[in-house]
Amino acid sequence: MMTEPQKIQPRPTAVSAPYFEGCRQGVLRLQQCAACGRQQFYPRIVCSHCGADDLQWHAASGAGRIASYTVVRRGVSAAYEAPYVVALIDLAEGPRMMSQIVHIDADDARLRIGASVCVEFQAWSEDIDLPVFKLLEEQ
Amino acid sequence: MAATLAIVGAADTQVGVVPGRSPTELCVDAALRALADAGLDKSQVDGLITCNAFAEPIMYHAEAIAEYLQIFPRMCMTAGTGGGTTFSVIQHAAAAIAAGTAHTIVISMADSLRSFMSREQAMLTQSSTGHPQYEQPYGPTVPAYYALIAQAHMAQYGTTAAQFAQAAVSGRAHAARNPTAQMRDLITVDDVLNSRLIADPLRLLDCSLVSDGGSAVVVTSAERARDFPHAPVYLLGSGEGHSHEHISQAASLTTSAAVLSGKQAYERAGVSPADIDFAQIYDCFTPTVLIQLEDLGFCGKGEGGAFLESGATLPGGSLPVNTHGGMLSHCHPGNPGAMFALTEAVWQLRGSAGERQVVDASLALVHAQGGIMSSHATLILGRDDD
Repeated sequence: MMTEPQKIQPRPTAVSAPYFEGCRQGVLRLQQCAACGRQQFYPRIVCSHCGADDLQWHAASGAGRIASYTVVRRGVSAAYEAPYVVALIDLAEGPRMMSQIVHIDADDARLRIGASVCVEFQAWSEDIDLPVFKLLEEQ
Repeated sequence: MAATLAIVGAADTQVGVVPGRSPTELCVDAALRALADAGLDKSQVDGLITCNAFAEPIMYHAEAIAEYLQIFPRMCMTAGTGGGTTFSVIQHAAAAIAAGTAHTIVISMADSLRSFMSREQAMLTQSSTGHPQYEQPYGPTVPAYYALIAQAHMAQYGTTAAQFAQAAVSGRAHAARNPTAQMRDLITVDDVLNSRLIADPLRLLDCSLVSDGGSAVVVTSAERARDFPHAPVYLLGSGEGHSHEHISQAASLTTSAAVLSGKQAYERAGVSPADIDFAQIYDCFTPTVLIQLEDLGFCGKGEGGAFLESGATLPGGSLPVNTHGGMLSHCHPGNPGAMFALTEAVWQLRGSAGERQVVDASLALVHAQGGIMSSHATLILGRDDD
């Protein structure tokens, strides 16, 4: 039997485990600094703003805007069926992350910088779910 | 600033599709050619700097190249900041020469993305510049990372795909005059806009080539530099800027650390953008050229599109850019890609660039960046006054 080509998989560590566990539960988690109150992505052992090391996990709203995007017309490997939309998302809480925009045709005119999006989660393997984003209706 | 470093030897291997040499062999070949150009025997080399090859990675690369060559340097370094490596190492070589660590340094870099890797291997290896946990799983290709930058520039400044395309047209116009360039047939903006989409807005002709090739220079102290067969080319100023590794962590998508590297280089050389006779600007994708022209002060921020449309960068223009054809048209074997811009700058400043010689070329700016607009290095090069 042919095995499906597998997408590139992240490898959770002790520090990032709460993030990936959140993804499994359908919650986008960000680290918040107890000293300066700012949130950050990606997970680190120190605050990227003030350098403090007391970081707490918080559930993010899942809302954001497209900071930039591109339609990948030729996939990076056989596991990625083109076209697909890779984007940078500015989360409502401040941090920026890379993701995909899903449930949209690659040539849809609503796909634009500044468009509002919200998170959902997709299975990347048996053990890993990752956050992806969809356009909010009524734009 | 008084120059401390001079380039006294420069050479490229055959470039393009070169299946008969491995990356290691191309690296050795380039080093030997540069030594011959400098009129030196390998026994006189006391410093060696290389970068690793994607197609034939070696754990201790520079050590292996030294062993292959049977040279026994006092300074031996494998550098790795992506495409910016080529020029950032010049600054380190200058420091080593000033400190007396080494006197005669060979900088040689080569790779064979075309003949020693499959297309999928080359694509996956290069896209691994993305964050392994938080970027790569989403499937960005290298063109996609740069497309994110291009889209942001278009949204912020109204730049158009046709303006990006001008960088490809300009590079090809230079390559048409260079017998060693991989692609020499002239192209138009329409040719670029009609080539197939790779990652919006980037099309095939907005993307640099995939090549094999090696290139090397020999550097020594400025005071020794007149003892060699060719007129020396002096390092008048240099600078670096490092702002991020992963594009999702960049403070700005549209303004790069080329602002910082350029400012340092201009200040150290005591010159301004208006003084530069020609420039070699890292051109892995067309938007990279446009943004770096802005960030290096050759035009205002957001005016890169109009600057390219003016024809300034073409042969005979006010600022010829990538006079060898650049990575868009000459060759692009990966991390060594900008070395060919450096050897070309040396030949232009020697006045030996043949049909493509820039008239009265006496001051050059060369700029490279690596990662995804991450690591920037700028050099300002000049020659002896007549």
